[in-house]
Amino acid sequence: MKVHVDMNLCQSHGECVFAAPDVFDLGDDDVLVWKEDVDESQRAEVEQAVQVCPMAAIRIEG
Amino acid sequence: MGGPVVIVGASLAGLRAAQAVRVAGHEGDLVIVGAEEHLPYTRPPLSKELLRGDQEAADCALPGADAVPGADWRLGTPAARLDRGAREVVLADGTTIAYNRVILATGCRARTWQGPGAGLDGVFTLRDLGDALALRTALQAGGRLVVVGAGFVGCEVAATAAHRGVHVTVVDVAPHPMLPLGPELGGLMADLHRAHGIDLRLGTGVRALRGPGQVTAVELDDGTSLEADAVLVATGAVPNVEWLADSGLTIDRGVVADATLTSVDDPDVLVAGDLACWPSALAGGAVVRVEHWTNAVEQGRLAGRNALVDDPAQRTPLTSVPTFWSDQHDRKVQAVGLPGAADEITIAEATPDGERLVAIGARDGRLVAAIAFNATKRLGWYRRHLAAGTPPAQVLAEAAADPAALGAAEAPTVAGT
Repeated sequence: MKVHVDMNLCQSHGECVFAAPDVFDLGDDDVLVWKEDVDESQRAEVEQAVQVCPMAAIRIEG
Repeated sequence: MGGPVVIVGASLAGLRAAQAVRVAGHEGDLVIVGAEEHLPYTRPPLSKELLRGDQEAADCALPGADAVPGADWRLGTPAARLDRGAREVVLADGTTIAYNRVILATGCRARTWQGPGAGLDGVFTLRDLGDALALRTALQAGGRLVVVGAGFVGCEVAATAAHRGVHVTVVDVAPHPMLPLGPELGGLMADLHRAHGIDLRLGTGVRALRGPGQVTAVELDDGTSLEADAVLVATGAVPNVEWLADSGLTIDRGVVADATLTSVDDPDVLVAGDLACWPSALAGGAVVRVEHWTNAVEQGRLAGRNALVDDPAQRTPLTSVPTFWSDQHDRKVQAVGLPGAADEITIAEATPDGERLVAIGARDGRLVAAIAFNATKRLGWYRRHLAAGTPPAQVLAEAAADPAALGAAEAPTVAGT
């Protein structure tokens, strides 16, 4: 599956980093970095990240 | 558990509960009751992006709210009673909805001004979409806004209004804004608001709102009279529990539950969000109630999942650490844990200009919170310590020795002196 983040919406709350630490991370400047291609085994974590994002900036494709 | 699941409250906690009920495999009836006409929407933009005019009502929709499979939304009519004997939710129009499990998520409403001048035009509260749109219209004229209450909503609206060119005064009986942050960080928040031209009147309450029909002035306890074209009353929120008065459930401001969010009185009743009181491990087992966005998400998810587990002993306790944030001017305030429960708040690291920092909150020698200004990544480090139960002194020592800490690169080195 693919993970998309709308960086026009992202305000670096960091909730996704806690929900799915293998997929999302913050750089030292607090800007979000993430893996776009994610293994199916991590779907539950990524779905949790989608739900806890205060900006609703994360979308799963596939 | 195949019988009907009824969720009372159609905001964030209710939506996340509904989604969790379906994800957990419930194929039976799923009814969500909401007092407002809208499908669930997200409230944080109401004091910021929507109030600024950068967003409209449609932008506040919560994705997925229209895609809960087979959800029966009953919107626009509040629940009036919970009849546990008959296992029914009774709506204000008399409709009854049978449940096998019910999740209570009716949240809070804004506390209103009850003193002299209650009912004047131009006096606002901010809780729902309609409130925000009305306040936005009032602010379009510019003029003078007096905000009563320097908590989250009051401070955010003050910042937003000041950036729109409105003359803003904030009044609070407390000695500093954002009371749970403690005096030092609260003082820094006061500095920030004053630097943006906001007039803070602290340590004084409001005696009366004045005006013939439309509010024109706010009279303070210290005798000062502030001219006002609009007043926002932002003095906190009140749980919506009146409809449960004859339900027999234990109510202590909110509805009292155990750590699995199951009512202490009835295993078929669960709670989630702003009205939920539960014993928090972080607070040493004390019963707490948290009115924040991520809490509504986590509790909604857990209550939805637990509602499908027949044996209460097999339900999962809440272990997530509460988090919250507030955007004021160019500062993002974020906290994890329970800052309000701390009896001591200490700055652990900061940049030399003080623009970015992290502080920890301790109670009885235990770490209970961490608070960051513009330092999300660093806050994550503290969040892990909070979850692990690291003692505060050890956290401070590790932060002081951490080369990744804020200000570490600028700190004078001991070597060579």
